[in-house]
Amino acid sequence: MIPEIGHFSLILALAMAMVQAVVPLIGAAKGNENWMRMARPVAQGQFLFVATAFACLTYAFITSDFSVLYVAEHSNTELPLQYRVGAVWGGHEGSMLLWVLMLTGWTMAVSVLSRKLADDLIARVIGVLGLVSTGFLFFILLTSNPFIRLMPAALEGRDLNPLLQDPGLVFHPPMLYMGYVGFSVAFAFAIAALLGGRLDAAWARWSRPWTLVAWMFLTMGIAMGSIWAYYELGWGGWWFWDPVENASFMPWLAGTALIHSLAVTEKRGSFKNWTVLLAIIAFSLSLLGTFLVRSGVLTSVHAFATDPTRGVFILILLVIVTGGSMALYAWRAPKVGLGGRFALVSRESFLLANNVLLLVAAATVLLGTLYPLIIDALGMGKISVGPPYFSVVFVPVMTPLVFLMGVGAMARWKEASLPDLAVRLRWAFAVALISAVIVPFLMGEWYPLVSMGLLLSFWVFATIFVGVRRRVRRNQEIGRPGFSGMTRSYVGMQLAHAGVGAFIVGVTLVNGYQVEKDVRMNVGDTTEVAGYTFRFDGVAQTKGPNYTATQGYIQVIKDGADLMVLHPQKRNYNVQTMPMTEAAIDTGLTRDLYASLGEPVSGGAWSVRIYYKPFIDWIWGGCFIMALGGGLAMSDRRYRLASRRKAEKPSGATHAAGALATEGGRA
Amino acid sequence: MRRFLFVLIAAWAVCGTVAVAKEAAPMIRDPEIAGRMAHLTQKLRCLVCQGQSVADSGSDFSNDIRREVEKLMEEGKSDQEVIGFLVQRYGDFILFEPPVKSTTAPLWIGPFVLMALGGAVLVIVLAKRAKRPVEELSPEQVAAAERLLNDLEKEGKDS
Repeated sequence: MIPEIGHFSLILALAMAMVQAVVPLIGAAKGNENWMRMARPVAQGQFLFVATAFACLTYAFITSDFSVLYVAEHSNTELPLQYRVGAVWGGHEGSMLLWVLMLTGWTMAVSVLSRKLADDLIARVIGVLGLVSTGFLFFILLTSNPFIRLMPAALEGRDLNPLLQDPGLVFHPPMLYMGYVGFSVAFAFAIAALLGGRLDAAWARWSRPWTLVAWMFLTMGIAMGSIWAYYELGWGGWWFWDPVENASFMPWLAGTALIHSLAVTEKRGSFKNWTVLLAIIAFSLSLLGTFLVRSGVLTSVHAFATDPTRGVFILILLVIVTGGSMALYAWRAPKVGLGGRFALVSRESFLLANNVLLLVAAATVLLGTLYPLIIDALGMGKISVGPPYFSVVFVPVMTPLVFLMGVGAMARWKEASLPDLAVRLRWAFAVALISAVIVPFLMGEWYPLVSMGLLLSFWVFATIFVGVRRRVRRNQEIGRPGFSGMTRSYVGMQLAHAGVGAFIVGVTLVNGYQVEKDVRMNVGDTTEVAGYTFRFDGVAQTKGPNYTATQGYIQVIKDGADLMVLHPQKRNYNVQTMPMTEAAIDTGLTRDLYASLGEPVSGGAWSVRIYYKPFIDWIWGGCFIMALGGGLAMSDRRYRLASRRKAEKPSGATHAAGALATEGGRA
Repeated sequence: MRRFLFVLIAAWAVCGTVAVAKEAAPMIRDPEIAGRMAHLTQKLRCLVCQGQSVADSGSDFSNDIRREVEKLMEEGKSDQEVIGFLVQRYGDFILFEPPVKSTTAPLWIGPFVLMALGGAVLVIVLAKRAKRPVEELSPEQVAAAERLLNDLEKEGKDS
């Protein structure tokens, strides 16, 4: 019964999505206010029904209702509760439902938080979101329905893939999808502006906080996925340049370009066309990522060719959304009003350079991800494109980007003077250069690549310091407290940039000074890694809720004192009988100790892998600092002010409208 | 039972420490081969995993490949010969760094072409903009701007 309610809710949600897609858009085109006002209630209704469907599926998982095919395929009675909830999005159908839940959730948020927007603009925004939602609800109902019954019901479920039985599953996908799908709002604002022909600073101001929130979630989602991969997937790798990862990284790159370009459009009125195009690109890349991950095209081009229903459906959606919006763009993008003038050397120019580099980076990832598929589809052989390729092509793009980050944040709008910038930044550069040369010696050994990476990160830190100090001085000169007048938006920017610096420190040091030991350990054997002694104290059997495990005991000793015991496990899950390696990690600000059990070798000995990973947590710390910066910038006073002013001022008008509506209802 | 087992093992461990405490032997005896392998296996794809390298994976496939590579290196094969052997058996697919040849040329040249193009477009756009004459505001626009500024000021005082 409950699954049928879910199924039916989904159908109702589709009906509402269609209304949401059609009525407000026509209303906005014809200037019919009643039709426009349909937008909000319909969007909220749609969210309600999608949420109901989602709740029904969750209920089916919690109660282990194996008469639902999707539940039987992805759950098991032994599965702990938190993973039964996570398993809702552990497979294709459920993750698409999560996608739509996020989309309608964002639409709901827009409908509630945008009271100040003009009726026609909000009608168009919600209408466009309705169009997207219609496409995806059709997709779910026609090709990926999670509520299909299994008759007769299975006695026991096939269980969730052990790889996914991890807290990472509970947090990572919702976070990632929040970001991924969140770019739909920026996209909808862009399309609405094109349709309405009003592409102004106000439009940029409205889309900016939405884009920032989406970007913030995407940043955290990607970082969480990376952490998950680090401790669960393999032996301490944190980014594999896997197509699934690239699928989330491409929208991130485009989204990063977008938030920078929006800054120019809001502050200076320039780059309007470009910003709109970026919003379209960012969302198209999100859709492309969904296509890559969900169509099965990655596992095998040929498997895709034999069962193409789902893939072709998303591909058609992708073509309609991207093609349609590009056509609209070509038709409606403003030909006049290029915004404020700016000189060759100005903050605008630096931000444009940032955009170009980020897009080149995104295009590079796209090329590396799609090329093997194309080659395979054309029958020209099977190749892999992996980390060695990306480090060769990515570093040359990222290096100038990070360098310009320091300069751009310092440059004035409109016109900056190069000699002036050089004077202001020469100390920053000197300090960065000297520390970058010295620090590798302190770490033990000097490598050119480490020095180079450190130069970039110290450059970032030093330029932030110079920038902030300059503001403080200027304040003091006019007798104000040093930190006054620093908006959250400014602090957020500096913080996000510092996050990039921390990220580079992590990547550089872990690549340069990671120590790996692959040893054969008998009970009592010791091995020394980077000043830590690891003693193997044997293994014991232990039991989890739905697995049995062999657990190793590894005593870590530093300077003769016992530091801790690491417990790496080799698990065997009862249902899918797949051996899983659970690494034991001791996390620290300056280093991780990582131990992982290999195979038993002769005579009670085990092969054991031990890593010393210096500064690896800076990688994710950097990402979370970036996200925090985004969050701060989003909460800037001027966005809140704008919405509060709206909430206060036209309350009379809202009442009047409400009264009108009730009267209309009576009539 | 579990606890008992653990105590047993711990006791055994303590005795073991006294009796045979020794430096653990590396899995790969020859340090030179270990170093070469660490480098080489980073570039090999684990064919049964999702996007992991042989070096990063604990799958049976990767274990086999590592053993195979170690054997070949012990036989005195160079890195190139080992790669050649693996490519012959598994195809280019096993290499994470695709070989540079006619079918992969766009892949290797592409990013640099993109970057050059991006740079060129950037320079052209910026140069064009810098030359653009300043847009003069009409008197109405100036008046409108002043009105807005005044409004803002008033609101600032209100709040």
